[in-house]
Amino acid sequence: MKKLIFAASCALAMIAGGAQAQEQNLRVAFDVPYEPFEYKDENGELTGFEVELATAMCEELNAKCEFVIQAWDGMIPGLLARKFDLIMSSMSITPERAERVLFSEPYYITPGGWFGPESFNTDVTDMDAMKGKNVGVQRGTTMDTYVTENMAGVVSIKRYTTAEDMVLDLEGQRLDAVFVDYPVGEQTILNRDGYKEVGESVKLGEGVGVAMRKRDAKLAEEVNAALKKLKENGTYDAIMAKYFNYDIKI
Amino acid sequence: MPDFITEWLNQNDIFTALTIMEYWNGLVTTVHLVFLSLIIGLIVAVPLAILRTVKNPFVSGPIWLYTYLFRGTPLLIQLYIIYYGVAQIPGIQETFWWEIFKEPLYPALLAFTLNTAAYTTEIIRGSILSTPNGEIEAAKAYGMNWFLRMRRIILPSAARRAVQAYSNEVIFMLHASAIASVVTIVDLTGAARNIYSRFYAPFDAFIFVALLYLALTFILVFAFRKLENHLLRHQRPASS
Repeated sequence: MKKLIFAASCALAMIAGGAQAQEQNLRVAFDVPYEPFEYKDENGELTGFEVELATAMCEELNAKCEFVIQAWDGMIPGLLARKFDLIMSSMSITPERAERVLFSEPYYITPGGWFGPESFNTDVTDMDAMKGKNVGVQRGTTMDTYVTENMAGVVSIKRYTTAEDMVLDLEGQRLDAVFVDYPVGEQTILNRDGYKEVGESVKLGEGVGVAMRKRDAKLAEEVNAALKKLKENGTYDAIMAKYFNYDIKI
Repeated sequence: MPDFITEWLNQNDIFTALTIMEYWNGLVTTVHLVFLSLIIGLIVAVPLAILRTVKNPFVSGPIWLYTYLFRGTPLLIQLYIIYYGVAQIPGIQETFWWEIFKEPLYPALLAFTLNTAAYTTEIIRGSILSTPNGEIEAAKAYGMNWFLRMRRIILPSAARRAVQAYSNEVIFMLHASAIASVVTIVDLTGAARNIYSRFYAPFDAFIFVALLYLALTFILVFAFRKLENHLLRHQRPASS
């Protein structure tokens, strides 16, 4: 009899636990503004690619989500102090961060893009044709690492501290092409006359993931499953198409 | 390379043979850039300093303006204007000047030379003006003309007085050359910045480069002490 009661209470607890998981409350943190990923529209409503993705993800998780605005400096400390449960604020997955937080599978990655003047018609993957060309990168970025590892000795690599200096030298024709984070290139180069994309963009690094507390391994599993489903059922693509005209899916 | 150095390099993440080569190339670029700008700057500065002491304001005025402008503005601004500014002149890319200004080395060399020439002009002018009147009067009494006076009396005596101030200018120039890295030249500082951003190790990258600058400065200080001992040996006490 005692055994039976124990088994029944166990079963009851499991049902209760399951029910609780279905109505979980989650708080998601964003650092605004970071257009087009998260920002406030004219009405003061929080919107953007990651905000919409988070909304869709919460529906998939069957969770009630509350959106929290948190400045970047306090992101990881705030998560660890339980001020919120998830960070979906363009946080790139790095080994240093992975020591303190648990990352989901990456859900987007901004590629490095090749930009140059209209007159540039060389195939950037053809090492013979690229020989001796002047290529600009921002020092210490994943684009710098990529060019250094794959094209050193072929092209002449010029490293800049700021994107502005690099664009000036592209305008002054000291550079034949630049390899830069796609959104940066789109804002600073493509909107000028006489410039275009001169090569296939390349996805570099590990991408951006949802950050959670290390102990929330179960939540991470659910988040991964939800993101996977969104990527597969077309929801992700629909949201991406609203904000980007290039591919950031990973 | 001796075995123990190779062994140490192999155990070390940052100072591999590859990064040491990058530092070495940076060192060569820095020495090359500083040496050339100092030599050209000195050659330009001597006649400018003499003309700056001439009484005619149409001769000394423009030189005063030049030294005032180049001593009155930061070298970094001068480099930015010469490097980025020139590239913005419409049509410059089609002229032969572009062959010179396209590479970052020549704009940097031009900025450094103009800057050091301005300071050196003022250093030499100061020591020309402080030539004792007695020496000039004696030369005149011997019937020397202006040119001979300048060559035999004033300039050698001014050089002795200028050498100490000039040694400071040389060391300042070496340290100021660190800004060459902002126009994509991979000098010593440029090499250090590249290595820092690759390994995120500011202490290792910058302390090593600081030691290299210290070594260069030590060589300069030593050379100038020898030169001073040679030029100013008449001032030493007889007994020493």
